[in-house]
Amino acid sequence: MMNSAVLIRGLRVVRGPITALDDFDLDVRPGSVTGLLGPSGSGKSTLMRAIVGVQQVAGGTVEVLGHPAGAKVLRDRVAYVTQAPSVYADLTVRQNLRYYARVLGAPASDVDRAIEQVDLGTHADHLVGRLSGGQESRVSLATALLGSPELLVLDEPTVGLDPVLRVQLWELFNRLAADGATLLVSSHVMDEAERCERLVLLRDGRLLADDTLPGLLARTGAADAEDAFLELVEKAEQEVAS
Amino acid sequence: MTPRITLATAARVLTQLRHDPRTIALMLVVPSLLLSLLWWIYDGGATFDRIGPALLAIFPFLVMFLVTSIATLRERTSGTLERLLSMPTGKFDFLAGYALAFGLVALVQALITASVAIGLLDLDTAGPAWLLIAVAVFDALLGVALGLFVSAFASTEFQVVQFMPALILPQFLLCGLLVPRDELPDVLGAISDVLPLSYAVDAMSEVQTSADPQVWGQIGVVLGFSVVLLALGAATLRRRTP
Repeated sequence: MMNSAVLIRGLRVVRGPITALDDFDLDVRPGSVTGLLGPSGSGKSTLMRAIVGVQQVAGGTVEVLGHPAGAKVLRDRVAYVTQAPSVYADLTVRQNLRYYARVLGAPASDVDRAIEQVDLGTHADHLVGRLSGGQESRVSLATALLGSPELLVLDEPTVGLDPVLRVQLWELFNRLAADGATLLVSSHVMDEAERCERLVLLRDGRLLADDTLPGLLARTGAADAEDAFLELVEKAEQEVAS
Repeated sequence: MTPRITLATAARVLTQLRHDPRTIALMLVVPSLLLSLLWWIYDGGATFDRIGPALLAIFPFLVMFLVTSIATLRERTSGTLERLLSMPTGKFDFLAGYALAFGLVALVQALITASVAIGLLDLDTAGPAWLLIAVAVFDALLGVALGLFVSAFASTEFQVVQFMPALILPQFLLCGLLVPRDELPDVLGAISDVLPLSYAVDAMSEVQTSADPQVWGQIGVVLGFSVVLLALGAATLRRRTP
């Protein structure tokens, strides 16, 4: 058994004029749901891109499931959902998923299963371009459920969804983790923190905290994740000032 | 390269096209209408016999260039290309999928246009009609290859469309349609010698004038250009981006 599904040491990513990530370390335990939290622009998406292996990095190492990120053997073992839905607007929901399933070599039966998992059964034969924004991003999410990925990297998968659906999806994420998959889920909504086994807080491309929610609350004396985050930001700024 | 993924990609591209009947109609019918217009302008006769085959070479090249460059630009900007490359898709699976799908459309287009030209408009060629169609399909592949390559240098659909007058019109002016290539000023003749469309039109003229046309040399040049452009296009498909 691997100790870490994701192992990052000294990662540095420069995007244009800004250093998106600097001297970044992270361990993600297999079979867990890790929440990646932080304000927009804090480096969450860049970190996820580095883990999937689509980001050019300036330094450091990123190891995923025991291989360098982006290695060929990982391409059907790591599923990645970007913030913008990467699906074809001029195909139906089912046609999109059927195509991606064939690319992955996943069984055809996965298509209907994934459509049900994201609750799009009644829209399966609708063109994606005619769906609402939330529905479209669920089609994109369904793609990540095809086959049997061991690591799912999901960038803001619940943004713009109604509360009922958000609860359903978080239950799905936890079920996938219980079955052995590792999930890395980013969000800028702090109230989703309580659904994650572990929380990674980012700010300005640096790791602010990597802890469980109870651990985080105990350390900061805060009442919820949002307050804990603010507390940590303040502490970090005091350290810089002093 | 994985045949499963190449074929899935070709099928997906054709399915997208199927959802867009207006584009299909325009691709298949407009060349025949333009050819008929030309027949009318020249009142049939010898000039039409000379220009007709050349246009059979130019239409598929132009149409496939436009369709492919816009389609691949969309893949680049929508994130679907990044997703495919993070999956087991090889670069050549992607390229060959497009070439296969649009090559098939070009075959249908050439069959319709050649049937109209020969059957209805009495286009007179010394060589066999099937060679006209074969040359047309190779020209279509050239258009696909150029479109794939060019899409890497455009970031909007406005830009990509501007490559049409920039890259296609000069080839059209110098291909021998307006002035025979050996009557061009020396410098222009030399330029015309390194442009792929010249060889496509030469091949068509050969079929038109010779009962035993020798066109494999010209087809070889067109195919060579296509292969080089596809290889260059593959180099612009990057798994890791800044």
